[in-house]
Amino acid sequence: MSDSAQKITLAKGLNMGLRKAMEDDAKVLVMGEDVGKLGGVFRITDGLQKDFGEDRVIDSPLAESGIVGTAVGMAMRGYRPVVEIQFDGFVYPAYDQIVCQVAKIHFRSKGRIKMPMVIRIPFGGGIGAVEHHSESPEAQFAHTPGLKVVACSNPVDGYWMIQQAIACDDPVIFLEPKRQYHADKAELDEGATPAPLFTSRVVRQGQDVTLLAYGPTVKTAMKAAEAASGEGRSLEVIDLRTLSPLDMEPVLASVRRTGRAVVVHEAHVNLGMGAELAARITEQCFYSLEAPVLRVGGFDTPYPASRIEEEWLPDLDRVLDAVDRTLSF
Amino acid sequence: MTAFGPDLAEVFGPSQQDGGPELIQLLTPEGERVHHPEFDMDFTEEQLRGFYRDMVMVRRIDTESTALQRHGELGIWAQLLGQEAAQVGAGRALRTQDFVFPTYREHGVAWCRGLDPLKLLGLFRGVDHGDWDPEEYNFGLYTIVIGAQTLHATGYAMGMQRDGAVGTGDPERDSAVIAHFGDGASSQGDVNEAFIFAASYNAPVVFFCQNNQWAISEPIERQTRIPLYQRALGFGFPGVRVDGNDVLATYAVTQAALQRARDGQGPTFVEAYTYRMGAHTTTDDPTRYRLSGDVESWKLKDPIARVEAYLKRNGLADTAFFEEVAGEAADLGARLRDGVKALPDPQPLDIFGNVYAEETDELRQQHDEFAAYLDSFEGSHA
Repeated sequence: MSDSAQKITLAKGLNMGLRKAMEDDAKVLVMGEDVGKLGGVFRITDGLQKDFGEDRVIDSPLAESGIVGTAVGMAMRGYRPVVEIQFDGFVYPAYDQIVCQVAKIHFRSKGRIKMPMVIRIPFGGGIGAVEHHSESPEAQFAHTPGLKVVACSNPVDGYWMIQQAIACDDPVIFLEPKRQYHADKAELDEGATPAPLFTSRVVRQGQDVTLLAYGPTVKTAMKAAEAASGEGRSLEVIDLRTLSPLDMEPVLASVRRTGRAVVVHEAHVNLGMGAELAARITEQCFYSLEAPVLRVGGFDTPYPASRIEEEWLPDLDRVLDAVDRTLSF
Repeated sequence: MTAFGPDLAEVFGPSQQDGGPELIQLLTPEGERVHHPEFDMDFTEEQLRGFYRDMVMVRRIDTESTALQRHGELGIWAQLLGQEAAQVGAGRALRTQDFVFPTYREHGVAWCRGLDPLKLLGLFRGVDHGDWDPEEYNFGLYTIVIGAQTLHATGYAMGMQRDGAVGTGDPERDSAVIAHFGDGASSQGDVNEAFIFAASYNAPVVFFCQNNQWAISEPIERQTRIPLYQRALGFGFPGVRVDGNDVLATYAVTQAALQRARDGQGPTFVEAYTYRMGAHTTTDDPTRYRLSGDVESWKLKDPIARVEAYLKRNGLADTAFFEEVAGEAADLGARLRDGVKALPDPQPLDIFGNVYAEETDELRQQHDEFAAYLDSFEGSHA
């Protein structure tokens, strides 16, 4: 452990990562609702306006299309805007700008205009919130060519991945599991060398079944693997980290060994990331499979009222149930 | 007066075909020079002839491109007939360092920025989505989603502020952005958000609205109950209505608005009051929704005829000049006709280019698979 090691939350990791990116590159701007004095409703941008000024940490009018649309103009002028969408369910007013402009300008301009923008979205449920505050819209962005989509799951990745996303010359939808912001602490070594941004990672090794998770469900999958080990079942857990592009090599290598895969995400199962992963696994290692790829996720309903959200969200038991089903094939 | 304040009809008066008394004009439809207390300015003979030449050339681009569509050489063309003065007046008011965010109809502004009109045709022929370098001309790519570019313009202007390129007093450095849009776009959320952001940050942007009275088949009355320029006041910045068929007035007003922006005084709304003499695009049929009498009355306000009348009446241009301009326009037409057919078609594998600045393995794989698939056909050669 190096001298620079310290224990931090995900919120702190993201805050430190943003600060580092702003120190390293004067073109990095932060913009969004309440990101200034308040430090964001989740305090991810806490203290940044005080240290970098109102020109670089910009409190915006309450209009998401306006935030993303003006960030497009700033990027065209040579800036690297990092915009915060306050909650997942509020990204839709900006959907047109993201899908029709942010995603297409590099292509439209034959590469003459780069769009180095990061759109940070706190996503997922489990915080007891009212409607529109607990959604998982990742598939809608992963489905859009021109965007890159990543999801961090832990404090250390939060620190590194936000910096890597800002350094990327392409627009990155950066998903943050809001339920994890102030939950677990982890040891950060700022002197370490991070893995490249668009790579997946095996976070627990196992032989019997491969669990594929990202963002908030990595923790769920890890708990399931722990519980399963008590029953003599060895589950491998992969934190996908990148959703577009997908990093299939670690996934395929794992499934070729285990022969079984279960995808776990909070998003609706229908046409979600799990569907794409199942299709690619089937196409690329069909003869290694002992069972169909199973999916555990939110039901195909709108997000429910918070007092029953834990029933809707995939939990340890539903993951283990899927593990049972895949092993019984 | 009512319990809710003044009666709107009293404040704004009835909608007026001629643009109403607030219309800023320096050259009447008859070619008479008139004066305005705020926006009057002197023009050199060379400038006046330049405006005429620009407008004739721009009209030629439009008529030639319309014909090329009819001949099947273009898939579609967005016509600007009747809007030459609005575009040339605004385009010539720009300085090199200013930046333009156009709609898909700003062919006249493109001309003023020195863009080869042939480059505009690629998009309409279907060989690309716009093949010019925005940085080279300070002229953005055509944006097809209505009003989306007004936010980009505002953000770009906020970037200029952060670059220290506003309000320094250095005429070579101080910069402004002009955002083009139409009366239909004024109903879009993005345009209204752009107004709010620009006002909130005092961004150096001119919102230049060509009110050509029609959004495809929908008349201006479907977009607004008050004169459009009056909306600016509610957003906290000035708005003016200029005769968009008067190149002199459009130039004078736009130049003043741009200078306000460059000086750090923030946004201005310019409503260029004009008329779409042609169709929305070559796929449209205006006879289904508007009266030919309306079009006839606007023919009398033609932007080119009034400058021609002024030049002739005052002896500022001779027959040789008009013949020379006509010849140039004919040459341009011929060049466009030949040039459009020579535009190279994109190749199948070009599809995969420039999706990302940093290409992904999965897209490279799709490219390679498609290349192999194409190669698999008998007689194919990659």
